[in-house]
Amino acid sequence: MKHQINLTVNGAAQQAEVESRLLLVHFLRENLRLTGTHIGCDTSHCGVCTVLLDGQPVKSCTVLAVQADGCKVSTVEGLESGGKLHPIQEGFTEKHALQCGFCTPGMLMTCSALLERNKKPSEQEIRQAISGNLCRCTGYLNIVKAVQYAAEKIS
Amino acid sequence: MIPAPFDYHRPGTLDEAIGLLARYGTEAKVLSGGMSLLPALKLRLGICGHLVDIGRIPGLEYIKEEQGVVRIGAATRQAVLGRSEIIASRYGVLADAVPLIADPLVRNRATFGGNVANGDPANDGPAIVIALGAELVARGPQGERTIAANRFYKDLFVTALAPDEILTEIRIPLPPPRTGSAYRKLKRKTGDYAAAAVAVQVTLDARGSVQRACIALTNAGPTAIEALEASRFLEGKTPDEKTIAEAARLAARAGSPSADQRGSVEYKREMARVLTARALKAALERAGGN
Repeated sequence: MKHQINLTVNGAAQQAEVESRLLLVHFLRENLRLTGTHIGCDTSHCGVCTVLLDGQPVKSCTVLAVQADGCKVSTVEGLESGGKLHPIQEGFTEKHALQCGFCTPGMLMTCSALLERNKKPSEQEIRQAISGNLCRCTGYLNIVKAVQYAAEKIS
Repeated sequence: MIPAPFDYHRPGTLDEAIGLLARYGTEAKVLSGGMSLLPALKLRLGICGHLVDIGRIPGLEYIKEEQGVVRIGAATRQAVLGRSEIIASRYGVLADAVPLIADPLVRNRATFGGNVANGDPANDGPAIVIALGAELVARGPQGERTIAANRFYKDLFVTALAPDEILTEIRIPLPPPRTGSAYRKLKRKTGDYAAAAVAVQVTLDARGSVQRACIALTNAGPTAIEALEASRFLEGKTPDEKTIAEAARLAARAGSPSADQRGSVEYKREMARVLTARALKAALERAGGN
């Protein structure tokens, strides 16, 4: 069964006909070619597929594309604007918050959502917020520093 | 991983949703936050012909206090529950438990009703609603009925809900004075299910003896388990170290966990015992006992 969906992705209206079982992450990567959103564990644990659904970070491997009908979706491709990096992207660069970079798109989305609702998160709040995003390279230390850098930058 | 094909329905009203469930019977599954159902479909642990998405039905997301009960709409997200002042100030057990359910991103999608209605003993909701003496409101073609939480869970993923019924609300009685509740959970890492977890609520009388107690275990058998013997043992007693230790021993005995990657049967029983004692102490402190 096919469904017509209308949604906004990084500010642009998108319209598509999708199968019921199509996952949001596949829709983004394959239909829209937005391959910044990664597929990792595929079981809603690792968080590399994190996107914002109406502003809330969610794991797009566990959301159906039809469930996003009428919603606003933000992916890592939408973070920079006018050739200028988002403060959180700048923080990741400055603080060396990545090594292999596989978790980075999901981390960036989770961290940007955190900064949206909490301009000055404590270290504990940052660590809690990213507890659903796994990083196997950094030990999280520099990711925490990157969020603190971005928080400073935004304020 | 891609689920097997199914038809997706997005009813606009509860009646429409119930109509779809009545039409498709056991072929259909209710989709709420999808945090249990979608992984199960992706792993093909389950298949279903029709998904009935209740996520857009208005009026299923609320937390309100009225006439001696707190009513929680079944589609209330776990994240919203975790931020609720009404919940935090009245139900220590939920304030303890919500931050330990899955992870923050999953809690942005997962609903409390889904956690409760799924009938998975590894979910935290079932033991909590049992410990709090909640009533679960089900809506079906014949209208509404309420089911006591401790009579809701029948077997692994089997609940008192008929195939054409939807859980719409969780009603939790306001705790009487000198009541405290707590949740203690042992898990290997964020996002894991509990190796053992215990929900308790205790009410003390004016003399400081236990008037009423309810202890329920998560992931210790095919359903959440009400540790009745332990609860009855506590009632009427002064909750000292020895009494708590004996209640914890009895509670652990009520469970029948299976061995898996989270530990052996002996380990899980022992953890249930330790966690019961800790949960009881926390709940008693909150009740103003010591």
